[in-house]
Parts: sequence; structure tokens; C-alpha cells
Amino acid sequence: MKNGLLISDHDKATRAGRGERGQLATGTVASTDTGRTYTRRRRRMVANLTGWSFALPATLVILGLTLFPAGWAFLISREHWDGFTPPQQIGWANYSNMVQDPDFRAAVDHTVMFTVLYVPVVLVLGMFIAVALNRKIRFIAFYRTALFVPMVVSAAATGILANFVFDPQFGLVNNVLRVLDLPRQGFLTDPHEVMWVIAVIYLWSDLAFSVIVYLAALQDIPQDCLEAARMDGANGWQQFRHVILPSLAPVTVFVGIWETISVLQIFELVLTTTHGGPLGASQTVVYFIYNEAFNLSRYGYGSAAAYALFAATLLLTLGLVAYSRRSKIEAF
Amino acid sequence: MAETTPTSPLPRRGRTARRKPRFSRWHLLLAPLSLLFMLPLLQMVLTSFTDNGDINRFPPRFLPSSLHIGGYVRLFQDAPVLHWMLNSLIVSGVAIASHLVLCSLGGYAYARLSFRGRGVAFVALLATIMIPTQMLMIPTYFMFSKLGLINTLGAAFVPFLASAFGVFLMRQFFLSLPKELEEAGRIDGLTTLGVLVRIVLPLARPALATLAVFTLLNSWNDLLWPLIAINDPSKFTIQLGLINFQGAHHVDWQELMACNVVATAPLILAFLFAQRQFVQTMSMSGLKG
Repeated sequence: MKNGLLISDHDKATRAGRGERGQLATGTVASTDTGRTYTRRRRRMVANLTGWSFALPATLVILGLTLFPAGWAFLISREHWDGFTPPQQIGWANYSNMVQDPDFRAAVDHTVMFTVLYVPVVLVLGMFIAVALNRKIRFIAFYRTALFVPMVVSAAATGILANFVFDPQFGLVNNVLRVLDLPRQGFLTDPHEVMWVIAVIYLWSDLAFSVIVYLAALQDIPQDCLEAARMDGANGWQQFRHVILPSLAPVTVFVGIWETISVLQIFELVLTTTHGGPLGASQTVVYFIYNEAFNLSRYGYGSAAAYALFAATLLLTLGLVAYSRRSKIEAF
Repeated sequence: MAETTPTSPLPRRGRTARRKPRFSRWHLLLAPLSLLFMLPLLQMVLTSFTDNGDINRFPPRFLPSSLHIGGYVRLFQDAPVLHWMLNSLIVSGVAIASHLVLCSLGGYAYARLSFRGRGVAFVALLATIMIPTQMLMIPTYFMFSKLGLINTLGAAFVPFLASAFGVFLMRQFFLSLPKELEEAGRIDGLTTLGVLVRIVLPLARPALATLAVFTLLNSWNDLLWPLIAINDPSKFTIQLGLINFQGAHHVDWQELMACNVVATAPLILAFLFAQRQFVQTMSMSGLKG
């Protein structure tokens, strides 16, 4: 189909030029000066058409689903809009209200706390487990499969499963605690524990990603370096500290930024486990946005919160990239 | 020392290869950890075969006293699960097909063709990677409603028709191929599309497989778009059906876990059959959800 389009355009161009330069096809006129520019121009046009007919479908879909709604979201964020009645332009009021909204601030607190606690843990654990998995021992294929399987389980299924495993009455975890003679916990129903439990669940489904990325990086370390370190008498820990760890720095920056961005946007797991409860204790920023927009029909306010999150994410990412550049870690 | 030596990429053949490996201390870490990670999934499967009377007994037991398929029977009576699976299959199928076609075309254009505006368009695509999906849910919802996509499967697959990651992945792969083959094809009289389809794409199978797995994971597991755009139970994807089912049957753990098993099994089976491909996709994408 793409080709058909091209050919017809090509024909059109030829036909348009036929008036004064009818013999173009034979190549005789092409030797004159005007003919040469014409051919060159036509060739460039055909190249442009070919290029765009290949690039346009994907480009249009992607920009249409990202840049266009992103611009629109900004317009909505400066409106008071319930989705039905005509929107009112209220300038930056949504943004200034947001700063004073205790619910929003609580959501930011939960999200930031979650990120600060979670990202270092996933980096250390991911690296450690990758180092453990990077060897040829018995059952290694089984270990890898077991640790990687959770990544294909959807957030919906993970959340429902977690509801069962952490059920205060029938759940497996409280059952284990009971056998060990430890006090029973409320887990997802306890406002003080809920974010920790969500972090554990998220770690279960998300750890495979950092392990896999670290594992790929470990396998890229030249064996000569390790061999040389061994020759110089480095023990296992010294090899890790002086050879492996430095070469994992770029990957650590990458995984760190990636995890930070995805954790700041944590939403689906909250939806399928607690709906932000109990008492709003697990309300995260994206859950707040979702709730404002789709439960309370405050689309303008929700969009403003979404933009605030985007701006924060962007600044944080740029800051981390700049920092890693300055410390000469070439992650990007 | 020997057992803590990291894996050598070169297989050691000869005398040393046959020797029985000594017990590695790493087993002491990896074995319990693997069990811990498998335990929730094992319990999910076991619970789906356990009678609710057994589940609700106190003290709870990990292993059921007997196995029952009642949960699955009730599940298929209570909810159009197969219909939801079919919807999800359609969504993922359309998403994968569209992704492979559009990202191949786009990636080839940005790798090999020169046209006016290429640089600007490419930078714009790069920039979209910074935009988080969640930020777009409000305008996208209204965009879908203007396009008549609300309560259609389109709402579930349109966001996955193409991705900037896919275009970059294909572009990088095409750039790594030798140009000479394509030039030879040109001399043999193939059109640009002919070169792409006949010469380049057959060489790009690894990249295409990565892209397919990436799209499968994202589109099958997606909850956000169906959640905001689909209310009609006959248009539910399996993920949306699952959480609605949870709302309606939250006391019937057996049935709920059966539903969970049905929703999760296809990707787990796919993972077990093509683990290498999944792992490679994860290590290349760095994009999840």
C-alpha cells in the first residue's frame, strides 16, 4: 500500500513536468542545466515522500498519544472542569490550591518516602542477587526462573494475590508469624504498615528487572580484568569491590533513574490492594490524580497534579543525569 | 575459591568440564530465596484447588486436605472469563502486529532513509520517552471519547499501536546491519519497501522477537487504559475482568484464585517456554508497565 502511494506520487510529479520537459524519461533533456535541477529536485521529493511514508504512521501514533495529550493536559490543568459543564479558565488556581491541599501533601509524602526507601533496596538487592546468579552451579536455571517469573504477573493479579497472602485472618504471612509465636499483624489494613507491605509486594514483582539488567552488565565485564585481579591475589570480596563494582556504576545510574521514575508513578498495585486506604495511608500521587479525575470528576485539579508530578520527575531525572555526568559515570 | 569464581563466557571443555562441581555456598542464599519468590504463586495455584471450608479453617494450613475443581467450575459459571481472555488475545494480537509493522517502517526510515524534517521528528520521538503514561490519562480519556473509543476494545489496544521504544529498538538494530546487502537489493531493482521486507526484516528476527515480547507483556498486563475507558463487561480485558471480579467475589477466595490462575497462566507458560527471549527483552527494554 505504501508503495502504491509512492508510485502514484511519482507519476504525478512526472506528469506535471511533462508540459515543458516531455522527453525527461528518455534522459536527453536531463543533460541540460534546468533538467538537472529538476531531476535533483524530483529525486529529493521522492526521497522525502518515501521517508515520510515510512516514518509517518509510527511517528503520528506516538506523538498523537503523547505530545498531543501532554499539551492538552496543560490546558486542562488551568481550568475548573467537571467534564460536562463548560470549563472555566482559572489560571494557576489549581496549582496554588494543590500546595495547600493536605490530601495532596500526604500523597506526596507517601510517594517520596516510598521512593527513598525502595530505590536503594532494589539497587542493592538487584546487584547482590545478580552477582549470586552469575555463576555456573547446579540448579542455576531453576533459581533464575523462580526469581524472574513474578515479572510476568500483572499488577492486577499481583495485587489480588497479595490481598490473600497478607490477609490478616487467613493469610500465609500471619500464619507463619503464628507458628513462630510472633504477634499477628494487620498488614494492608494497618495504616502504619500498609506502605511497607506494598513495598514488599512491589519488590516481589519488580526485582527481576534490576537483577536482569545487572546480570547483563556483569556478563559484559571482560574476563581478563577478573583474571588479572585474581593473579594479583585479590580475594572474592576484593574482586567485587575493585573490579566488579566500579564497572557496574553506569548501570546503577540507569537502574536508579528507571526505578525512581517508575516508583514515583506507582498506581496499579495501590488500586488492586488498598484503593489508597486505610484512612488514605497508601494514597500515592498517581492514585490521587486518578481519584480526583475519575471518581470526583475534578479533571482540572487532577491534571494540575499530573503536571506537578511530571515536572518533579523531569527535574529529578535531569538532576541525576547531570550528577552522573559530572562524576564521570557514562550511563547515557 | 573455585565455586565463587564468576561464570566464564567461554565454556571450559576438556578434563575440568567433567569434574563434579563442589557444593557452592551460594545455594544457601539462592535456594531459600527462590522458594520465597515461588511461594505466593504456589499458594495461588493450591488455593484455587482448595475448598473454601478448608481455606477458612483456623488455624490455616498451607497444604489442602483434598483437591477440588469447584472454584474453576463456579468461575466459568459466574463470569464470562473465556470472553475476557478472547478480548485480551485480540488486544495483544492487534498491538503486536501493529507494533511490528509500524516500528519496522519507522525504525527503517530513521535508520536509513533521508528526508526533510527527519531530525526534528526523531528528537520529538526521543522527548516522548520522558512523558509518563499516567500523566496522560485525563486528556487521553477525553481524546478516546471524542474518537468513539470508550467501551470498545480499541481503548485497550490503541495506546499500544506503536511506541518510541519500538522505533528506537528497530532503528538501532537496522543501523548495526551492513549496508551492502541493501545496496545489492537496490541494484537488483527492489523498491525501498522491497529491500525492507525481503532483505532487512529476515535479518532482524531477534529484534522483532524482542519487540513482540515487549508488546505482549505491556498490552496483556495493562490495566490503566481499560480501567478508565471500559465499563461494559462484554468488552473487559482479562485484567479488568479480574479486578471487577475481585470486587464482586472477595469472600470466595477459591474462585478468585482460580480467576487469578486463569489470568496469569498464559504469560507464565509463555515465559517458561521462551525464558531467554523474555529476559533479553527485559534487559534491552528497561521499560515496564
